[in-house]
Amino acid sequence: MTEEGPDPRNPSEEGSAVDEAHGGQGEVGARDATPGQDSPAEVDAKTADVDDTARGDRWLRRLTARLPSSGGPLIGLLLLVAVLSVLSPAFLSVNNLFNVLQQISVLATLAIGGTLVIISRGIDLSVGSVLALGGAVAGWTFAEAGLPMGVAIVAGIAVGAAAGGVNGLLITYGRLPPFIATLAMLSMARGAALVITEGQPISGYPDWFRLIATYDLFGVIPFSVLLVALLYVLAWLFLRYRPTGRALYAIGGNEEVARLSGINVRRAKLKVYTVSGALAALGGLLLTARLNSAQPNAGFTLELDVIAAVVIGGASLTGGSGTVTGTLVGALIIGVIRNGLNLLGVSSFWQSIVIGAVIAGAVMTDTLRNRED
Amino acid sequence: MTALLEARGLTKDFPGIRALDEVDLTVRRGEVIALLGENGAGKSTLVKLLSGVHQPDAGELRLRGEPYTPQRPADAIDAGIGMVHQETNLLLGLSVAENIFLGRLPLARGMVDYPALRRAAHEQLTRVGLGDLDPDTPVGKLSVAVRQKAEIAKALSLDAALLILDEPTASLSQQDAEVLFTLIDELAAEGVAFVYISHRLEEVPRVGDSVVVLRDGRRVVMWDHGDVASEEIVRAMVGREVTRKYPEPPATVGAEVLRVEGLTRAGAFEDVSFTVHAGEIVGIAGLVGAGRTEVARVIAGADRADRGTFSLDGRRIRVRSPEQAIGHGIVLVPEDRKDQGLVLDLLVRDNVTLPSLEQETRAGVVRPAALSRLSALLAGEVDLRGRPEQSARTLSGGNQQKVVVAKWLPRGPRIVIFDEPTRGVDVGAKQAIYQIIHRLCAQGVGIIVISSELPEVLGIAHRVVVLAKGRRTGEVPRAEADEQTVMRLAVKG
Repeated sequence: MTEEGPDPRNPSEEGSAVDEAHGGQGEVGARDATPGQDSPAEVDAKTADVDDTARGDRWLRRLTARLPSSGGPLIGLLLLVAVLSVLSPAFLSVNNLFNVLQQISVLATLAIGGTLVIISRGIDLSVGSVLALGGAVAGWTFAEAGLPMGVAIVAGIAVGAAAGGVNGLLITYGRLPPFIATLAMLSMARGAALVITEGQPISGYPDWFRLIATYDLFGVIPFSVLLVALLYVLAWLFLRYRPTGRALYAIGGNEEVARLSGINVRRAKLKVYTVSGALAALGGLLLTARLNSAQPNAGFTLELDVIAAVVIGGASLTGGSGTVTGTLVGALIIGVIRNGLNLLGVSSFWQSIVIGAVIAGAVMTDTLRNRED
Repeated sequence: MTALLEARGLTKDFPGIRALDEVDLTVRRGEVIALLGENGAGKSTLVKLLSGVHQPDAGELRLRGEPYTPQRPADAIDAGIGMVHQETNLLLGLSVAENIFLGRLPLARGMVDYPALRRAAHEQLTRVGLGDLDPDTPVGKLSVAVRQKAEIAKALSLDAALLILDEPTASLSQQDAEVLFTLIDELAAEGVAFVYISHRLEEVPRVGDSVVVLRDGRRVVMWDHGDVASEEIVRAMVGREVTRKYPEPPATVGAEVLRVEGLTRAGAFEDVSFTVHAGEIVGIAGLVGAGRTEVARVIAGADRADRGTFSLDGRRIRVRSPEQAIGHGIVLVPEDRKDQGLVLDLLVRDNVTLPSLEQETRAGVVRPAALSRLSALLAGEVDLRGRPEQSARTLSGGNQQKVVVAKWLPRGPRIVIFDEPTRGVDVGAKQAIYQIIHRLCAQGVGIIVISSELPEVLGIAHRVVVLAKGRRTGEVPRAEADEQTVMRLAVKG
């Protein structure tokens, strides 16, 4: 289990069969709308075409409108679980479900930061690299500098926060678009991780550190899952009850309005990118603990999974919307698809195709539902 | 005159509301019809039926005597009905020529034929009096007034026989508006018909050949001449007497609150000084481009001054950010409420409490219930027609403006700057906004009001500061403030 883990380096472990079952409302609806558009259009002029597109649309919209606004992804997840339970008897066991949770714990950790950033109408492409950097710094501090592991953990997270802080500075004071600033950091942090580790994994950590990833409470609940759950509760509280958290939606919705309302937009953005960096480094530590090794290549392209989880969870890349509960569901959907398809023996190549379809389907469902208003 | 467009019994239902109820309309060639009504009276719906955005549920349309059933905007354009929106739909990064011929650029061997494009664009621009404009100029560099003409040129290039103008003068100065009216006269003489929508009733006699007033989806009155007094139109629009257009401001004025001296922002305005007293309404008048909005933004901390000083209650203060300005009690109700006043996709509740999040925080926690309570209170304060739990986008213009005002109330403002407070809001909502201004004033708040509608500034202010080309050219007390005096100062320098 250790070596296959959530393996953030390989986002392409997915599968196929479940596709139509899960893809759910979006895809089923879309399929129905298409013939509606085509056939009468061939028969007759523009009018028929227009009417029928409208009818197909309405059908799809009625279906999607029934879902509560945040429940869409959740229903998708439940459908997915139901189908996988039927297809694979091994899927719906307590052990396997916790297995899924453990497998997504790193992704889910990073996706918290991703959610905050995307709500503020930004993007953080650097988290995969910062994950590697955090792990590398912690590994180096412990193994090379010979400092206690506790210090190493703090150092790793601090460097991650610093990398995120630099993102924030580049975006606020440097006026770089978030895409560019974090793309630059993606490259720099990865380079720094390779420099620190000299391109080699740094292995061998104290037992207590490894227990973070391997200890199971009551023999079933992985400690790392509890840790991630706690982070989600904190993030949920932050977005709901802290002034900065609530202001993020305004900043993402219209930054100038937020600024004119007296919100310190720069400070809020700095905070958000710093937190995203710190969480990425924490993810790096979780991964290091699980693998008993800090890998300079860890988290390669993981930023794309993070964005996928956030977007499947209902956040919009145009800012101003998104929830951590949605993101958690998004991460679970990705985890469940990978796990289920693995159990069904579907190759990782096919899994990649399925995840792609799910991203498109989820966002399409969301867009159609929003068209209602 | 022959009927160009005839509508009979047009009816349109939306869920829960009959937006248009058996409306008749006849437009002749070369006729300018002023289409008036409060927000929600059905003007937009009528226009959307004419331009193919919506289809009527009942009634019929005939164009040049033939049945006319546009299914989409492209059908309307093909039939010669053009629409010029309130906010122009031009692409700012493209040249004027490319904008005019967007989607139908002249080609030569598969490549864009730029010389032909320029020639054709020049021809169209000449028709709207822009013969001197270089067709290669990016639209983003043009003033709003010129953009509007470019948009009309675009519609004309599509062989429009009927142009629908939606509040074309909303963002124009009086001079620019007059230029637009002249253009409309000329085009009407060539046979182009216009449906002209406006909230500025005083311009109706100038531009309209006939007047149609809608109320609650019905055509309540039609005059076959444009020379109708504003009071008469207002009565038709609201269905009742609106007593006074501008209520007299409260008489008592207190001590000086704000003083700005030598305020300068390079490229925008220079050496502007004035004071605002407690309970006083100071109007800032000037033509578009005089620097009114720019001054307001600097005072509210939205932009930084290059030079100049601020004093509050006689003490020097620094205003370098909106946060600081708000901390001193200086707040702005901005010109463009949709872009600068509201986060349209957030709830009314979250918009109206946005400046108060820190104040509502107890022990590190801001409770949604507390925000709901505060927003309900504020909604009552400004008589908001809408629920705190609906998104700001779904409110009418007047109610959106009320939200933008209400959000400052809990911060106990000393100075409230209103930039174009009544632009695009209907007659009823205008009165409500004046009342709010007066209420603040009575509480001792100092008010700064900027408006392109000169009668509005004159009607509500105790004192009018006039700007021209970024400089202060004079100050006129209420007793002496009339349009001629202020205009003379506004065109000075």
